[in-house]
Amino acid sequence: MFEVLIFATLNGLVTGLLLFMLASGLTLIFSMMGVLNFAHASFYMLGAYFAYSISLYTGFWPALILAPILVGVLGALVERYGLRRVHKSGHVAELIFTFGLAFLIEEAVQFFWGRATKDYRSPDILDFPLFTLFGQNFPAYKAFMIFISVAIFIALYFVLTRTRIGIIIQAAITHPHTVGNLGHNVPMIFMAVFGVGSGLAGLAGVIAGPVLTTFPGMAVVLGSIVFVIVVIGGLGSLAGALVASLLIGLLQSYAIASDLGMPDLLNWLGVSFERDHPLNDIWRLTLPQIAPILPYLLLVLVLIFRPSGLFGKRES
Amino acid sequence: MNILKSTVCPLRCIPRFCLALAMLCAGQAFAQDPIRIAFIDPQSGTFAATGESGYLQLQFAADYFYNDKGGVLGGRKIEVVALDNKGSAADSQQQLRRAISEGMQFVVSGNGSAVASALSTAIERHNRRNPEQRVLFLNYAAVDPILTGADCSFWHFRFDAHSDMKMDVMTSHIAANPAIHKVYIIGQDYSFGKAVGDAAINMLAAKRPDIEVVGNELHPIGQVKDFTPYVTKIASSGADAIITGNWGGDMVALARSIIDAGLDVPIYTFYAAYDGITATLGEAGKNKIRLVHNDYANPVTNDVRRAYTEAFKAKFPHKDITQPRLATLLQMLVGAMEQTSSTDPFAIATAMEDMRVTNMTGEEVWMRGDDHQAFQPLYISVHTDEDIVFDADNSGFGLLTEFSVPAADTIAPSSCNMTRPSQ
Repeated sequence: MFEVLIFATLNGLVTGLLLFMLASGLTLIFSMMGVLNFAHASFYMLGAYFAYSISLYTGFWPALILAPILVGVLGALVERYGLRRVHKSGHVAELIFTFGLAFLIEEAVQFFWGRATKDYRSPDILDFPLFTLFGQNFPAYKAFMIFISVAIFIALYFVLTRTRIGIIIQAAITHPHTVGNLGHNVPMIFMAVFGVGSGLAGLAGVIAGPVLTTFPGMAVVLGSIVFVIVVIGGLGSLAGALVASLLIGLLQSYAIASDLGMPDLLNWLGVSFERDHPLNDIWRLTLPQIAPILPYLLLVLVLIFRPSGLFGKRES
Repeated sequence: MNILKSTVCPLRCIPRFCLALAMLCAGQAFAQDPIRIAFIDPQSGTFAATGESGYLQLQFAADYFYNDKGGVLGGRKIEVVALDNKGSAADSQQQLRRAISEGMQFVVSGNGSAVASALSTAIERHNRRNPEQRVLFLNYAAVDPILTGADCSFWHFRFDAHSDMKMDVMTSHIAANPAIHKVYIIGQDYSFGKAVGDAAINMLAAKRPDIEVVGNELHPIGQVKDFTPYVTKIASSGADAIITGNWGGDMVALARSIIDAGLDVPIYTFYAAYDGITATLGEAGKNKIRLVHNDYANPVTNDVRRAYTEAFKAKFPHKDITQPRLATLLQMLVGAMEQTSSTDPFAIATAMEDMRVTNMTGEEVWMRGDDHQAFQPLYISVHTDEDIVFDADNSGFGLLTEFSVPAADTIAPSSCNMTRPSQ
C-alpha cells in the first residue's frame, strides 16, 4: 500500500504540474480579456505537433525551445488579427470565435499530420529510470517534466510580482483605461500576454506529447479539465491555478489508486442489494471507475459553495 | 460542441462532391447508378484514426476486387460514403437517417459496440416500419457478444469474431504458459470492456483455476489523460500478465505507461497494432505485446494476399491493411448480390445466411445462419521486428503469428433467438 501511495503522489504531481502550465496561461488571458479561450488546449496540441515535426530534423532540445515560440507567435497573431477585431462585438462573439478556432485547429492538425498517433518520443538522454522503488521505475523524463513546470511557475510568479512588466500587466488587468492613460500600449500588452499564454500551452504540449501520446484528440481530452481548474482556482489567480491543478492531479491519482467503492460504503452501512437489483450498476461503482469524473464533481461543488473559486478575488 | 461540428466534412471529400455534381449536370447519373455503402464510423475525435483507415480500406477493397474489374451486377460500381459518427451512438443514428434518406441500403460500421448496438436497434425498428425501404447492417469490428446473442437481429451480420471467441483463444494461450500466475484485467468502461473482463475471469477459472485475477479495472473510455496511476496499481498487484480490450488512443497510452514504468510482463490485447500504435510502441514493446485477431500479417503465405497488400501500400504508403475482413465482407455482400441479381436487403440477408467463402488469405469463412456470426481461424501474434515482411506504420515492427486456432475450434453455440421478417 505504501508504494502505491508514493507513486500515486508522484503521478498526481506530474499531472497536476502539467495542468498548471496550461491553466496558468488560460487564467492570465481570462483575467485580462474576460473571455475564456476555448482554443487554449488546441495551442497545447499544436505545441506537441510542432515539436514532433521539428524534432524529426533537429532532435528534441531545439524543439523544446522553438515549438513554444512558434505557438506563442501564432497565439499573438490570433489575438492581433482575430480576437482584437472580434472584441468590438462583445464577449459572446469572442467566445464563439475561440470556440470555432478550436475546431479549426483540430481539423488543420488532422489535415497536415493525419489522424494516426504520432511517434513523438522523449529524448534518449532522459530515457532511463531515475529511481526504482518497489520494482517500479520512475522515468527521468517525468522528473524533467516536474522540473520544467516548477521553473515556469517560479519564473511567472517572479515576473508578475517583482518586475515592472508584471506590475503593468497586473494593472492592465484591473484598470486598463488608467494604464492606457499613463501612456502604456494596452492592446500591445494584451497581445503579448495572449502570446505568452499560448506559448506556455505550447510548452506543455511539447513536454507532454511523448508521455501522453500525440494524437488529434489530445486537445479535447485535456481541454475541459483546464477550464475546471481555472474555475476552481479562481478566475485570474495564478496561485489558485497552481493549487487547483495539484488538487485535481492528486485527487484523480489517489482515486484511481484506491480500491474503495460503493460496495464498501454499503458494507459499512450494513445495506446489501441483490445482484439483479435494477440499479446494480450503481451499487457496484468503484472510485477508480469514476476518477476522471471527480474534477467535474468538484467543479459543481465549488460553484455552489464558493462561486468565486478558491483564490478568486472578483465575483464577475 | 458536437452540434457545431456535425456539418464539417473532411476536406478530402470535396473533390468527390464536385465530381458527383459534374456527373449529375452531364446527365450521366441514371445510366449505371453506383451501389452506395454508408460507412458510419468516427472520422474525427479520439478514434478518428481507426475510422479513417477503415474507410480507405473498404473503398480500396471495392475498387481492387470489383470496380476495377468492371463492377458488379453488370457494371455497377461500389461507392463507399464515409459518414462521421464521432464515435457516438447518437450521431450514428443521425447519420443512419441521412444514409436512409439518400437511399443507401447497406450500412457498414464497426468501431464501438455501443454504436453497433444503437445502429442494430435503429435499423431493426426502421425495417419493421418501412418494409419498402429496408437497410442491411454489416458489422466489421464491434465485438460485444450480445450483438449476435440476446440482442441479435436478422438485419445484422458480424464479420469479426466476438470477444468471447477471442477471449477463448487468448485464455488458452495464457493457460499454456506455466509462468503466469497472476493476471490483471483493465478495460474501457462500456459494454465491451465489461464483457472482456467477465469472459476472462470465467474462462481462466475454467482453464487454469490456479491463476489468480488480481485486478479487474474499468476506466472511462477516451477520457484518461495519463494511465500511470493505473499502472502503479498493476505493478503493486504483482501481476505477471495483463489483459486489455482497449483500443485507439486508450490502447497506446496504456501500453506506453506500462512500458515507461518498466513493467516487464506480457500484455494481451485485442487491438494493439496499426494506426500509429505499432510505431509508438516500437522497440520498447517488442515481444511484450500480443494480440488476438483473425488475420495474420506475417508470415505471408498467400500470393493473393501479398499482391493485395502491395497494391494497397502502393496507393497509400502511410497506411496499412488493418481490417482485411472488410474484403471478406464485400465478398459475401457481392456474392449475395450476384446470386440474387438484386440489391434488395431482404434477399441479400437470406442469401448470406450459411454462406461460405474463401477469403483472400485462402481461409474458409462461414456465416452462421442462426445468429449471423462469422467463423474463421483466429490467431495470436506478437509485436516484433523479426521475420516481418509487411510491417505496420512503416516502423519495421509488425505482427508475427505464433499461435493459431482453426475456425472449427472457435465455434461457440448460438444463443440467438431471431425473429425473422416474412419477406
